[in-house]
Amino acid sequence: MAVIDELILLMLAASALWTVMTRSLLRSAIGLALTSAMLAILMFRLNNPFAAVFELSVCAGLISALFFCIITITEPLTPEKVREEAGARFGRFLYLPVIVLIVGLVLRFLTVKVDVKIPALEEIADVRYYLWAYRQLDLIGQIIILLCGVFGIVILLKELRKKGG
Amino acid sequence: MFSLLILLPALSVMILNLPFGRLMRKTAFYLCLALFAAQILLVLLPVSSGLEPIFQFNLMVDDLSRVVLFCIGIVLSSALFVGEHIIRDDDQRFNFQNLLLIALAGMNGIVMVKDVFSLYVFLEITAVASFVLISLYRDRDALEAAFKYFILSAIATVLMLSSIAILLLVSGDTGFSAINAAIMTSQHSRLIMMAMGLFICGLFIKGGLMPFHGWLPDAYSAAPAPVSILLAGIVTKTVGIYALIRIVTLVFVFNDPIKYLLMFVGAVSIVLGALAALGQSDFKRMLAYSSISQVGYIIIGLGCGTPLAIFGAIFHLLNHAIFKTLLFVNSAAVELETGSRDMDKMSGLAEKMPLTGITSVLAVLSTAGIPPLSGSWSKLIIILALWMAGYRAYAVIAVTASVITLAYFLSLQRRVFWGKPGKEFSNIKEPGFMMAFPAIVLAFIIVAVGILFPYLAHEFMNIKELIGG
Repeated sequence: MAVIDELILLMLAASALWTVMTRSLLRSAIGLALTSAMLAILMFRLNNPFAAVFELSVCAGLISALFFCIITITEPLTPEKVREEAGARFGRFLYLPVIVLIVGLVLRFLTVKVDVKIPALEEIADVRYYLWAYRQLDLIGQIIILLCGVFGIVILLKELRKKGG
Repeated sequence: MFSLLILLPALSVMILNLPFGRLMRKTAFYLCLALFAAQILLVLLPVSSGLEPIFQFNLMVDDLSRVVLFCIGIVLSSALFVGEHIIRDDDQRFNFQNLLLIALAGMNGIVMVKDVFSLYVFLEITAVASFVLISLYRDRDALEAAFKYFILSAIATVLMLSSIAILLLVSGDTGFSAINAAIMTSQHSRLIMMAMGLFICGLFIKGGLMPFHGWLPDAYSAAPAPVSILLAGIVTKTVGIYALIRIVTLVFVFNDPIKYLLMFVGAVSIVLGALAALGQSDFKRMLAYSSISQVGYIIIGLGCGTPLAIFGAIFHLLNHAIFKTLLFVNSAAVELETGSRDMDKMSGLAEKMPLTGITSVLAVLSTAGIPPLSGSWSKLIIILALWMAGYRAYAVIAVTASVITLAYFLSLQRRVFWGKPGKEFSNIKEPGFMMAFPAIVLAFIIVAVGILFPYLAHEFMNIKELIGG
């Protein structure tokens, strides 16, 4: 593994930790976008540009934009509440960096030999054709999940605003 | 034709939310009912749709799929009727009906796919619909239960996705048959065992088996009554137990470690679920723990692995879907009329609600395995199969837990339905047709399946056809 890959992995772990531990929702959403961007770079380096593009456009782009929209329509905490929450939150997730560090060190120095012959990547001329021809059912599934997400937003957020909650 | 079972519910949700909103809201109940009834009919009388050239879905429908598709139709119809009566707010009722259709598409997908990644996609559809449904009323308990379910479900998702990644690495494909062929010939037994373990643990969480059950009692008891019917009746059975049966019998190698793991988890769920139910005073919470215990019977039968035991497990899956749905319909009627789920505050309701009292007795006796009701046959088959396969300690555990089941359900009947009704219950009555109709149909199925068991056993006893093996 090249040094650059290790650096990207470290940044990925750091941004993921920041996403979970930060007290601000906005910073958390930014952290998520950053984590996705790091993952996309790793995918590019692992010779899978299609997966990287999907990761970058959907997770780092679309989903982050959706989070920003949601954050703008929710009520922020008062400064006192933020101070209260910050301490409790830090204490609650203090073990996370320790776990990440231990797992990282173990994996870095433990040589696990997995003799798996990875199947050769197929040359896909057109991703659209591939998805429609081979993963049609999954595409329909994605549409249904989107529909479900819309109802989730309507039920959890729209009606709350309607009733002044 | 079976592709319509996924496409039509999704298409119906889109149509219901087009312009002409008011008209659509009025027809939503009938559209849902028509789809659920069509599903039950289609399972019994399959025909071709002509859509096959456009949609090349890789689907598989055998006798086991038909049994579960039938259960889905029955349970969703019951939830629809109860929801129509209980959910007063028009917007909430309309959202509930839309989410029922999405859950229908998700569960139908789980039942028919033969690819582990597609299975994961449809598991997620059903899970997301369930989170939203649990939090339909947005009260604090429901939101907390939905959040718990969401977090544990996310852990299950990570476990299953990791497993799928390893299986893809080993086999180069995600189809059931390709993975099975790769497992049979592969030398990477440790890696494959790890993948199998991760996937099975993920499904244990989804199915609410002990010790992975943390979300289940809260979700069942805090969810709105029609959603509890849906979750307890079919959602956990499909996303956890049916998927487990499919994965274990068609994808993985059904070896001794997996058998022992399934039987151990099954036995733990049977005993601890029954003991936990014994100490409950909340009606729905007792039913929730009872569900964990009954699902344990299905898993212990599956783990035993003999054709007779697998038949018993699948038969108990059908029976459990029916009698647990009936018990949750009854709990909804009781909660609606008394305004409480605390059994210690109730007494003598059978005098005021005779239909609920009678159907409840039938469901309770069937759950406890009292002949000739449906549940008695499936439990008997599982216990016999365990004994014949030499797992006698497990057979004894199953029999003992059945006695505990009878004890806590008799306690439920005594506290809620028997005795003289208190003064505060002098004005209560049966809640009406919308609640009575599903209760009568479900009670009829319990009795009919019990009496017609010899015929059904003859029809479905061919296990190889039943599980498509």
